[in-house]
Amino acid sequence: MQEVAYPILTSLVFFPLVAAFGLFFFRGDSAVRIYTLIVSVIELLLSIPLFMGFKLGSAEFQFMERMDWVKQWGIEYYLGTDGISFLMVVLTIVVLPLCVLCSWSYIKTRVKEFHFCLLFMTAACVGVFTSLDLVLFYVFWEAMLIPMYLLIAVWGGPEKKYASLKFFLYTLAGSALLLVAIVAFRIAGGTFAIPELMEKTFSFGFQFWAFLALALAFAIKVPMFPFHTWLPAAHVQAPTAGSVILASVLLKMGTYGFLRFNLPLTPAASVYFAPMMIAISVASIIYGGAVALGQNDIKKVIAYSSVSHMGFVTLGIFLFNLHGLEGALFQMLNHGIVTGGLFMMIGAIYERSHSRDIYDNLGLGKYMPAYMGFWGLFALSSFGFPGTNSFVGEILVFIGAFEQNPWIGACLVPGAMIAAAYMLRISLKLAWGRPSTWKGWKDLNLREWTYLAIPAVFVFYIGLAPALTFKVMDASLIKLQNDVHTKSQAVSIDDERPLDMAWNSIKNIVK
Amino acid sequence: MTFNPNLILPEIYQFLVIAMLFIQSIGSPKMRTKVGPLLPIAAALGVVVAVVSVGAQGLVFWDSYRVDHLSQFFKAAIAIGFFITVLNATRQPTLDKEKTTDYFLFLALSAWGLMLLSSAVELITMYLALELSSYSLYTLIAVRAKSKDAAEAGIKYILFGAVATALALYGFSYILAGMHTTYLVELVKGDWSFAASPMAVIGMSLFLIGMFYKLALFPFHFWCPDVYEGTSNETAAFVATLPKLGAIVILIRLATMFKPGYDITTMLAVLGALSMTFGNLAALVQTDVKRILGYSSVAHAGYIMIGLVSGTPEGLAAASFYALAYVAMNLTCFWVVSRVSVDGRNLKLKDLDGLHKRAPALAFALAVGAFALVGLPPMAGFMGKLFLFSAGWNHGYNWLIIIAGLNTAISIYYYLGLVRHAYTKDADDESPLPDTSSFSLVGAGLLSVLVLALGLMPSSVFDLALGAGGSLLP
Repeated sequence: MQEVAYPILTSLVFFPLVAAFGLFFFRGDSAVRIYTLIVSVIELLLSIPLFMGFKLGSAEFQFMERMDWVKQWGIEYYLGTDGISFLMVVLTIVVLPLCVLCSWSYIKTRVKEFHFCLLFMTAACVGVFTSLDLVLFYVFWEAMLIPMYLLIAVWGGPEKKYASLKFFLYTLAGSALLLVAIVAFRIAGGTFAIPELMEKTFSFGFQFWAFLALALAFAIKVPMFPFHTWLPAAHVQAPTAGSVILASVLLKMGTYGFLRFNLPLTPAASVYFAPMMIAISVASIIYGGAVALGQNDIKKVIAYSSVSHMGFVTLGIFLFNLHGLEGALFQMLNHGIVTGGLFMMIGAIYERSHSRDIYDNLGLGKYMPAYMGFWGLFALSSFGFPGTNSFVGEILVFIGAFEQNPWIGACLVPGAMIAAAYMLRISLKLAWGRPSTWKGWKDLNLREWTYLAIPAVFVFYIGLAPALTFKVMDASLIKLQNDVHTKSQAVSIDDERPLDMAWNSIKNIVK
Repeated sequence: MTFNPNLILPEIYQFLVIAMLFIQSIGSPKMRTKVGPLLPIAAALGVVVAVVSVGAQGLVFWDSYRVDHLSQFFKAAIAIGFFITVLNATRQPTLDKEKTTDYFLFLALSAWGLMLLSSAVELITMYLALELSSYSLYTLIAVRAKSKDAAEAGIKYILFGAVATALALYGFSYILAGMHTTYLVELVKGDWSFAASPMAVIGMSLFLIGMFYKLALFPFHFWCPDVYEGTSNETAAFVATLPKLGAIVILIRLATMFKPGYDITTMLAVLGALSMTFGNLAALVQTDVKRILGYSSVAHAGYIMIGLVSGTPEGLAAASFYALAYVAMNLTCFWVVSRVSVDGRNLKLKDLDGLHKRAPALAFALAVGAFALVGLPPMAGFMGKLFLFSAGWNHGYNWLIIIAGLNTAISIYYYLGLVRHAYTKDADDESPLPDTSSFSLVGAGLLSVLVLALGLMPSSVFDLALGAGGSLLP
């Protein structure tokens, strides 16, 4: 643990929350927007010590803060970050100012409440990625639902009520069993502290059920096929900033959950269930892509493409080799940047045409070259064009898949091809289609340039010079991989046939 | 016997309040209509008295009345609940002016009965205290007798209550016959498995029915939604919260006899599972806000069973904590209901439409209360559920916890419905403006803070609860 003058992670979690209450002192929509932008920039500045102090090449948790919260049950306020969560924290913090900027003229009603939700959301997300106590994690995990629900339900599109309700019910229903699993871990492991639970080895029977309870919650959040149906509805109805947060940060919580909980805490069960998870991941990749291909609503295309892209992430995770894990984490970051960027672009064009249908937005290439330039960049990156960030992640997952089993690798090829197909189809129409309703829309303004340039820089930076990102994540991932390997061997599952074991577990529960 | 009045200060104080109300109620008609700000202040003082005497311990009245951590914890909770309900009821639109003092007299009397109940450690004493609190409520519910619904609710409550207490009394005779004592201290020593003492176990099951009735546990819950619907909002706020505390404290005392694995404990667990499932499913289709809260209370009675059947001090403490949390979050919802329904009518879900515009603070309090009832962090309900689950896991009832987890998922829909109507729908122009006086907003604010504080900083309260639960079990 390094010496720091003040609790960095606490400040990152609670600064936006405290600042959110400051909103109530402001009158006037512009003042609210400027204030939130300033807050988000300060939040970025507050994260500088995180960059300065982060020890590369260390697999340990860093910047740890620990104190009692509910002593009687051993619940602690316990924060820390390692190579896995560090990138997610950074992603969350970078996304905040972009969200403020891209809703600048988009949100016209109840502006103050909207920004309150944004700040609340950021606080909860940073909390999720830095919690090292299961209960604290759960608190942030659930707390984030409320602002997201409101973002969709209040500022969303015409079917916002249906979409927000579906989102809320799905995700909360998923995490109902997560709470039970958390309690079970506490009883079996004697602590809620994640690093300490990682040191322990649980029996296979316990891991079997714990894995399923955890995986259900995370699979819904990712979302994996067939638990994905809330996602297109939520994405399409959410306001731009809501879609951006949803795509960039929220979906990552699911895969982060797999990396942080399933793999280290239930390694034997993870290995046991890996074929199933891989099969579902491949199904998500192909299914998501195929459905995206048939959509005319641009937002729906990107929403279904998320199902496909996140399939790559879960696939990488359950390959259990280093390339797969690296690829997965890379794709988490990349998807956050690229899909966030694409959603912001859709928001920008929606403000002009008031339609998200491709056929209402044809032929932008001639009149809005800058817009099309950015679109082209993000679209290329989205299907993994070499030189962009997604290429690095996707190729790693590919390598990992072929290392594991050439057949899995072979299954991915059509997925990648479909991705290129739907992305090119929609880009082609946007750029060179013949416009029918052209109203003389203006090209990007300075504000739009700003919020699109930032992810664009990351697209190139990570695409061309991924070394630094590797350095941040590698040590933690190598440790994770070794842990899974050694700990899954320590528990024998061969002497019990899986069905018998499931039956026995049910009998034990009922007894 | 040396009688030390310091031990029963909260009861004495409450009795003095009752005496004052009684004197007022037999006074001139002019005097009768005036309760004014004095009663809330007196109730607030009652909270202070109850909190001050939290540490008291001892036995009085020939050992039938036990002052310990458990009783004092619950007395403080009852005093707080009484204060809030009195405050809530001071602005009651459907109450006849002339009946004001009588109304508060019975309210105070019922709370007093519940206080006595929390200290009773002997079956007859329990029975008397239970009846004292029940009879006052029978009267209270019928006070709004001008309306047909209220009369029906009153009759339903009395009839059900009479049957339940008759069964309890009948069961009590069996216990006496089987165990030859009415003192809990002695009863605990007996063997409560069905094989060893079938008569006592049957008797205890019957005796428990009286408590289940108060708690609105399935299948003794039938009165609950109808009574809530039929009584005024303010009375419902009382009926929905405080009598539950009384029932829970008795169940906690009795739970010390029921080891996990006993038939009677399994019965409690099964009833708990049925209660939460039935309550939640029934609430899904309701459109009347009070009926929703009624069925939700049936479900919550089921959750509390987890703590009771676990057979550990932590389990009992978790049940105590959850009871307190339940009172706080339910009162928050009822406060909003009472304030929104300025003319005293029963609120439908659509009456909440657009509440965020008409009264943002009330809408926020409603959201806090509803999300707390779901068990969403960082509200009190979450910590309560976490404690219950942690305490119950690995004591033979894991299936109950899984059912509770799944039930939480079901319940989201209707609790979210309250928030959805308040935040995402637009109001009709005809809907009456809610009470947005500072009285209403400050109350809503304080209750929300209480619910949030119990969720964020449960440590010290849980310590008290642990002292209460731990004092019963070795």
